[in-house]
Amino acid sequence: MLQKTSAPHVSAPGGISRVMLWVAAALVPGVLGQLWWFGPGVLIQLAWCVLIALAAEALALRLRGQPVEVGLGDCSVLICALLLGLTLPGHAPWYVGLTATLSAVLLGKHVYGGLGHNPFNPAMIGYVVALIGFPIEMTRWTHPDAAVPLAEVWAAFSGALLPDQWTAATALEVFKLERGGMYEAEFKASRDIFGLFGGRGVEWVNALFLAGGLLLLLRGIITWHGPLGLLGALGLCALIGWDGGSSEGHGSALLHWFSGATMLGAWFILTDPVSTSATPWGRFVCGALAGVVTYCIRVWGTYPDAIAFGVLLSNFAAPLIDYYLRPRVYGHGRGAGRADE
Amino acid sequence: MTTRPADGLWHSNPALVQLLGLCPLLAVSNSLVNAAGMAVATLAVLMISSVLVALLRPLIPQAVRLPAFVLIIASTTTGIELLMQAYALPLYQALGIFIPLIVTNCLILGRAEAFAVRTTPAAALADALWMGLGFAAVLLVLGAVRELLGAGTLGDGLALLGLGSGLRLADSGFLPLLLPAGAFVSLGLLIAGRNALDEIWRRRKTPEIVPGARRVRVTSVDPG
Repeated sequence: MLQKTSAPHVSAPGGISRVMLWVAAALVPGVLGQLWWFGPGVLIQLAWCVLIALAAEALALRLRGQPVEVGLGDCSVLICALLLGLTLPGHAPWYVGLTATLSAVLLGKHVYGGLGHNPFNPAMIGYVVALIGFPIEMTRWTHPDAAVPLAEVWAAFSGALLPDQWTAATALEVFKLERGGMYEAEFKASRDIFGLFGGRGVEWVNALFLAGGLLLLLRGIITWHGPLGLLGALGLCALIGWDGGSSEGHGSALLHWFSGATMLGAWFILTDPVSTSATPWGRFVCGALAGVVTYCIRVWGTYPDAIAFGVLLSNFAAPLIDYYLRPRVYGHGRGAGRADE
Repeated sequence: MTTRPADGLWHSNPALVQLLGLCPLLAVSNSLVNAAGMAVATLAVLMISSVLVALLRPLIPQAVRLPAFVLIIASTTTGIELLMQAYALPLYQALGIFIPLIVTNCLILGRAEAFAVRTTPAAALADALWMGLGFAAVLLVLGAVRELLGAGTLGDGLALLGLGSGLRLADSGFLPLLLPAGAFVSLGLLIAGRNALDEIWRRRKTPEIVPGARRVRVTSVDPG
């Protein structure tokens, strides 16, 4: 249906697929970092998730009687699958990725009406389903120093049970569980899981995702509001809970920024234009909400990381946040056009 | 006005079409035994209260009919609850608060208000039987599917009722199905499946339009 809107129009070539391919390109450094520190499993997970996601998307579009080429051509399902694949541990067996991807594409996206209608980030729906459904398989992250042969990864992917000699608690988990009362230097020396400023290995993966996110920011594909809200709120909470770095504390802001999935979540997941708030300051509030939730679960909750829960909760709150933070319409007073006025 | 079996079980199934009584349906369908217990209790309350409402119809003033229905349903539920406590204590304990909450099940109040109060006791009994069986069928299917996939067992806890032992196929299952979110997702898929089947049958029944066939004008004579 042709819709006429008044000028001025801003037009950009390429549309959705161009945006999505830029996002994919910005993910490359982080993927390489994850490949370096966590072994070839990440590539297997990515390929598997993309394969399943494309098949599920094609099936769903066909069932819904929509043109398959158009749906697959906008590449949005590709980004969903890539983000989901990055969150799965390299040693996860095939059925974890299968369940997570099917949940993401079918239950997270198409049940609500496809691209543009999903209230939640589909990749995070898939991740949370996998996390709750397969709690043991989802902990199969290898220690960043372990050499991981491809044959072992392939065996794990096909469902074989492996000795867990390569896995270790992450920096975030150590801070949550450790109650020794050690000084900072002592504490960091006692564990081989701390890096220069964050978790070992994960800090560089996070830094590379940060670089990719800044690329998206420079290209104008995302705005700074969401990431700043998340990182700002997380940093502020960490600063309040920081005691200088002993094992009794909750970790510094740097540790929280450069551990777990912080940068991936802040720059690539929270900035999903469909599920987050539609207003600039709404995105900031969404990010801040996700940051606070993440910090609380990281410090007091049962899960070691909580970016997914934070993002899903802020997705949930986005319509309400939009309602209160509607920008002023040019020529009207504040709050013009609200339902109650 | 009578309710046919197909109405209660399929065309206006209380759980899949009218979407009534979803709270107990979603909450206790995490295992086959719980679902069966709830199905029997709801069916019994529905049948007894529908007949009572139809019998007491001349005595109930129009203005206070709803409080009167609730009183009838609450009395019936209390009776069923005491019976379950006496004869099926483990099931009574497993279902917990959801047995007294049958009083607030809108399926029962809905049938009383929409049907039983306008008809004879016999018709009300038939309606309650088929509607209750439709609700029970959905409960059982949901309970069986969620228990089988979520916990890897089927009929676990039958021994508590002295009915033999259930099947144990795996030590664990896909946990999200046992959680409340899994209840919503499974019910949604069940409703979608029912609608899809209905659509397929409807298409088969309507005669196919042959390509190239032309419409014949029958309403008026072409003045041509």
